Amino acid sequence: MKQPQNILPDDDGGGRRIIGLSLGAFALFFLLLSRLWYLQVVNADDLLNQSENNRLRFVPVAAPRGAILDRNGKVLVSNTPSFSVAVIPQDVKNKEQLIDNLARHLNLDRKEIEEKWAKGQGRAKYYPLVVASGITRDQMEFLEENRLSLSGVNMEMKPIRAYTNGALASHLLGYLGEISEEELNSERYQEYNAGDYVGKSGIERSWEQYLHGTDGGRQIEVDARGRFLRTVEETGSSVGNTVLLTIDLDMQKVAEQALGDRAGAAVAMDVNSGEILAFASAPDFDPALFTGRMPPEVWKKYLEDERHPLENKALKGMYPPGSTFKIITAIAGLEEGLIDEHSGIECPGYYKFGNGTFRCWDKKGHGHVELRKALRESCDVYFYKLAERLGVNRIAAYAKRFGMGAPLGIGLDNEKGGVIPTEEWKLKRFGKKWFQGETLSVGIGQGYVLATPVQLASMISTVANEGTIYRPHLVRKVIDSDGKVLQEFSPQVIGKAGLKPQTYRLVKEGLFAVVNEPRGTGGMARLYEVKVAGKTGSSQVVKLRDSKGDVPYRFRDHALFVAFAPYEKPEIAVAVIVEHGEHGGSAAAPVAARILRSYFEGKGVIRKPVPKPVLQEEGGESVAEPDPGGESGSR
Amino acid sequence: MFDRRLFTNFDWTLLAVVMLITAFGVINIYSASASYREIGTPYYLKQLYWIVAGLSLCLTVCSLDYHMLEDFAYWLYGAVLMLLVLVLLIGKTSMGATRWIHLGFFNMQPSEPMKIVIIMTFARYFSRYPIFKGLTLKELVYPLLLIGAPALLIMKQPDLGTAVLVSMIAGTMLLFVGVRWSALVTLFAAAVPIVYGAWNFVLHDYQKNRIYNFLNPDLDPLGSGYHIIQSKIAVGSGATLGKGFMQGTQSQLRFLPEQHTDFAFSVFAEEWGFAGCLLMVTLYLFLILWGLGIAKRCNDRFGSLLAVGVSAMLFWHIVINMGMVIGLLPVVGVPLPFFSYGGTSMVTSMVGVGILLNISMRRFMF
Repeated sequence: MKQPQNILPDDDGGGRRIIGLSLGAFALFFLLLSRLWYLQVVNADDLLNQSENNRLRFVPVAAPRGAILDRNGKVLVSNTPSFSVAVIPQDVKNKEQLIDNLARHLNLDRKEIEEKWAKGQGRAKYYPLVVASGITRDQMEFLEENRLSLSGVNMEMKPIRAYTNGALASHLLGYLGEISEEELNSERYQEYNAGDYVGKSGIERSWEQYLHGTDGGRQIEVDARGRFLRTVEETGSSVGNTVLLTIDLDMQKVAEQALGDRAGAAVAMDVNSGEILAFASAPDFDPALFTGRMPPEVWKKYLEDERHPLENKALKGMYPPGSTFKIITAIAGLEEGLIDEHSGIECPGYYKFGNGTFRCWDKKGHGHVELRKALRESCDVYFYKLAERLGVNRIAAYAKRFGMGAPLGIGLDNEKGGVIPTEEWKLKRFGKKWFQGETLSVGIGQGYVLATPVQLASMISTVANEGTIYRPHLVRKVIDSDGKVLQEFSPQVIGKAGLKPQTYRLVKEGLFAVVNEPRGTGGMARLYEVKVAGKTGSSQVVKLRDSKGDVPYRFRDHALFVAFAPYEKPEIAVAVIVEHGEHGGSAAAPVAARILRSYFEGKGVIRKPVPKPVLQEEGGESVAEPDPGGESGSR
Repeated sequence: MFDRRLFTNFDWTLLAVVMLITAFGVINIYSASASYREIGTPYYLKQLYWIVAGLSLCLTVCSLDYHMLEDFAYWLYGAVLMLLVLVLLIGKTSMGATRWIHLGFFNMQPSEPMKIVIIMTFARYFSRYPIFKGLTLKELVYPLLLIGAPALLIMKQPDLGTAVLVSMIAGTMLLFVGVRWSALVTLFAAAVPIVYGAWNFVLHDYQKNRIYNFLNPDLDPLGSGYHIIQSKIAVGSGATLGKGFMQGTQSQLRFLPEQHTDFAFSVFAEEWGFAGCLLMVTLYLFLILWGLGIAKRCNDRFGSLLAVGVSAMLFWHIVINMGMVIGLLPVVGVPLPFFSYGGTSMVTSMVGVGILLNISMRRFMF
């Protein structure tokens, strides 16, 4: 062995330095322990929480919305499963590549996915972000197969709306859409989250709080790659309540078919309760398109159509009521004692007033006219003269007693109130004095007067039931998922017209004559089994009275018709408007007739036409009335 | 040749502490790799094989008188340095780093023996060096060259962790030998531009990223900062008593990176809590202090320096690894001795312990 000479030459220093190194080691280990203490004792709760958040994720389970049924429980809207693709951005390894893949396989635009992605910023961590919904089963299966290469992608099954009858009652039912930023910030949608679907119009919107179920959720455990391991906890979603409407599916169908592809609206109402039996606006739209991805060309088509398919004309369309308003003028005259059934005027076909000439629709004139004839043949001159004597304020007072000029509160958002002008109203609105000549226009439902189809239906209904204004309503019951009735809506009287019985009798007689007597303008609304009373109207869109020949579509007059039946004991009232349909009697009255027919068929008063069997049996019973299939029968 | 005294003086305490740590290590690897898909031999079993191999190597090392090493030290240094050069020329590249030389039936990583060899080289260098009042700047030139050559070669691979370790082991030995204050101050002043230069010209982007992320892991919580955040969550969520064996959610659900190797302690901390960590840190502290005690009791300077070097090697591995796991230091691939899964680390550490045992049992021979 060698080098014994080297035995710790610096004995003084070596031992001390060992102690120094030991202290250094001790100090650093103490530092490690302090840090461990800090993490495991001081910050333990927070970090434990974070580790839980790491492994536990909340997966929302959307509640199916409640169904919407017709008055007899027939399904108008229900649910069907739909597949959507969601991403959890935190789990995505390569965003660009993923977006490329999704765009290619789902036939989507990259930009669209990126937008949805960007919208999800700031959402709760690991919250699945829906980037494509309504994908087909094939696409779903493809994604499922390639799941491994698409980390962060989740397939979701969600119930979506199934429109059993297609576009039927689309305006009434409304459509769903993703909740907007604006809605999210409003009080009404306090409990909603971004990405939720809410009713955007119609019943879906106004009855949202009943239809919307309570979303559930599952707490699941995932591994570091976001893969599902097990369900830790589950809270069930509860389905929304069923809303049972007052609408009759069959009548609704008939009303829409009768309107066809003409722009217009039809409202049928139970005279003795205010229940709305049919609520049609034409043309309709496909509400299913709004839930998924609306193809831009369809959207464009809807927007550019001059018939405005997206507008709910029954609720929001404000039209000059035209001659249907003569009912109000007549009532005002009778109540104020200015006319009676015998008082008459001469109609030469025009009325000179001030510097101008007011024309009657019939240039030949009506000759001697008293109330019954004035209504039956819709003589304008009679009502010009009556209006002149009444003055606009008195006419307005009676119109308002019939619920016109203000929304009736039918239970849908954005109901319009129409306009019933007075002198004061004009001054306030335009800062201008009322002209006497304008009163004459008001007397025949022109000028400033505007009413919605719902208001017209309510007005004629109040005439029919002799003075009771029921609140027109669309919902009979709200029923929960167990079948328990949560709310029932009984008839609600919101006003009384309070007229003399004589007034109703005289006006109703006039309205009966309109439909049932020769020279009556509403003959096309006649039913043989049931007596119908009504009033036609053609309301001017622009002043083109003199022009002949082809008037461009958008300048043609609106055709209106209001009616009730049976005449003796009214049950149902109808208001129909066909935009630019020109003549109430030829365009609107047949629509009303078909709706009324459908009502009485449903009640068994009129026998339904039996579809003819292929093999005609001998001595087949004669069918009471052939189905007026195409209403091309003109006059 | 074998003296009876060798057996009676055998340092059973040191061996017992090491075996205790390896036992905890195996148990922990069992839990850490429980969520792995089984391919061939399970990790804990392989770790047991490595422990057996390491132990036999350890006993081989301590059966030969460590003084022999003094003769070989420079030769070994030269040979390993050659291998480090060879690595850069013909080495096997894996995951962006060239660290291995293919030697027929197995791959060799020469930076690992360099840790031991630098200890021997410095022990050899200073055992014959007449210094009494601390090294001057001039006297530091050769030692710094001895460190610099392998450190730069290793950094070039690139393997920052090992380069830093080799430098720190040697640096600790220098401190033990004694460095004058004037020299320390001058070196520190010189270090500033060197670090600046290294940052701009030597460090790779991924290495810089690791340092950035260490400084602010939230910068990129899903990218390279992920490891630090997840490890901190794992350690902290263990709280005082831990989640229990095999119950760590961070590890069992694999939120932790490399949880059976570099982040094994993270798994342990989650499942055994502060109590377990206190025990482990105490065991390691005991091991280091024991190693330094051997250095103190050793009668010759070479042995003393060797013991300090080995203690420093173990110490820095422990501090860097734990510091990384608990978010005090950036992520560098440094395993926890006797605890992390891995044959290389086990062999190096066991050889180190062999040297300590060797010195410990021969302290009465002169």
